[in-house]
Amino acid sequence: MSDQLPRGGVIHDIGYRHYTGPRLGRMAITQALMVSSLRHAYGIGRTGKAKVMPVLLFAVMVVPVVIIVGIENLMQFDEPQLLPVDYIFLLQPVIALYLASQAPQLFSRDLRYRSIVLYLARPPRRTDYALAKLTALVLALMVLIGVPLFILYVGALLAKYDFVDMSKQFAAGLVVALLVSILLAAIGGLIAAATPRRGFAVAAIIAVLIVSFTAVITTTAILDPEGDMSSTAARYASLGSPFSLARTVGTFLLRDHRENDWMPTTEQGLVFVGVYLLVVGLCVWGVNARYAKVARG
Amino acid sequence: MPVIATTALTKRYPRVTALDELTVEVGSGVTGLVGANGAGKSTLLKILLGLIAPTAGSAIVLGHDVVTGGEAVRALVGYMPEHDCLPPDVSATEFVVHLGQMSGLPADAARERAADVLRHVGLDEARYRPMGGYSTGMKQRVKLAQALAHDPQLVLLDEPTNGLDPAGRDEMLAVVRRIGTEFGIPVLITSHLLGELESVCDHIVVLDGGRLLRSESKAALTGETGVLAVEVRDLSGRDRLVAALARAGARARPDGPLVLVEIAGDETYDLVRDTIAELGLGLVRVEQHRHRLEEVFNV
Repeated sequence: MSDQLPRGGVIHDIGYRHYTGPRLGRMAITQALMVSSLRHAYGIGRTGKAKVMPVLLFAVMVVPVVIIVGIENLMQFDEPQLLPVDYIFLLQPVIALYLASQAPQLFSRDLRYRSIVLYLARPPRRTDYALAKLTALVLALMVLIGVPLFILYVGALLAKYDFVDMSKQFAAGLVVALLVSILLAAIGGLIAAATPRRGFAVAAIIAVLIVSFTAVITTTAILDPEGDMSSTAARYASLGSPFSLARTVGTFLLRDHRENDWMPTTEQGLVFVGVYLLVVGLCVWGVNARYAKVARG
Repeated sequence: MPVIATTALTKRYPRVTALDELTVEVGSGVTGLVGANGAGKSTLLKILLGLIAPTAGSAIVLGHDVVTGGEAVRALVGYMPEHDCLPPDVSATEFVVHLGQMSGLPADAARERAADVLRHVGLDEARYRPMGGYSTGMKQRVKLAQALAHDPQLVLLDEPTNGLDPAGRDEMLAVVRRIGTEFGIPVLITSHLLGELESVCDHIVVLDGGRLLRSESKAALTGETGVLAVEVRDLSGRDRLVAALARAGARARPDGPLVLVEIAGDETYDLVRDTIAELGLGLVRVEQHRHRLEEVFNV
């Protein structure tokens, strides 16, 4: 036995090693935080349980488009059956659910477990932290909405619809998707950052989105009995829900409307853009103020 | 140059003054920050990290003013908070890697450092499991590891022994001692358990009500008093010993179960030994009687 050479298994205590390599600046750190938050928003690097919701909702977003694209290509319709912009609004409950399930993950978690303190004790400022989280949520929503739109676009091209028309529609869809993502991320981020309780945040986000959506539908129906959106009051009712607000801003900015849609006047459009910017600004300010309070803690 | 230097540092809240004109310097090695709850320890650490601004006065940490150079300070300092701060759904390895990156390490370096520091704090296979299932001792180790992840030039440890059992406390303090000596990283460690700081600190700062009570090297603070503490079995033995020592010309008085004997020279030790032997008493212990930090604290 004694003539055997020692194999493996020997642990050499090499003592404490100092780090002499490069140290990244605030911007690079913020970017790393953004990337890891985006991964977490889809459950990557988290437990299996945490992957269920985002993956499920992503599938719910993608599967219908795949079916639509398949039918389009099989049946050879003359024109596409679904506009990208309409798809966003058709599946807004799914988007709302995603926001409700993941915004607390990104914002409430560090507050609930107080790991926020460990971030605040590091170089990035609390503003960097807040913006990294908000950007991650915007990008996560863009993935959720953008991927089905992209599939729809590729499918439309495969079905040999007009390339220019399809590209325009796809681009318009992406712009509206971005407007929706920014607005939802700001609202969801503020609600989630306001409470360390995950359940509260989930319920509050769903409540805000569903109540506002229902309120807008009802108000519009009452104010616009003919359904032609000629009433100014009915038009302004669209300010009341994030989806209709973002959509109207998109329509106005892109000058892109179709028969079942309405085109705001310049004045109305500017009001919508103003309200949109105001809401996003207030929410981002609110998230930041919230972390300022946490830092003073 | 001191690692930390504060000048007339003051922090007032609407109803309380957390720090009152605190002027203190902290050098290399392990420095204990002692005070009862509410003495201003945590407030001081938060100001040193640049997380809250002082009402008046200034603090320089590693050459940076904490108000204007908070970001530079935080890049160089490791901080272990007092309370729980670990999310339960990730493993210690992932979490420490992530926080290393948040301190500016590139991803590869962060991974390597995380493995290193987790080994140093003594967290073994458990480091791959989600932290939700960790014991208090394991959590404290992870909290310490994340403070070391970026190879800081100073670590601030807020009550690292909180909630640990005696064995866990000794292990934690041994690691803290190693950080200050072997790793060569200055340590500022807070505690309200005074006795435990005696064993690891080179220097002790005592805060009371936001004011500096004392700041001295440990040797000065807990220096020998020239008194020998003797404990013998049963109290009648104690009284007989006091009487016999008094007859032999030594100054001795009972103090609880102990007999305190003033040390006049080396012959005092012999006298105590011989007296106990003559009386046939059961000797429990003989030791140099030192100021306990508790006494310092009760000034």
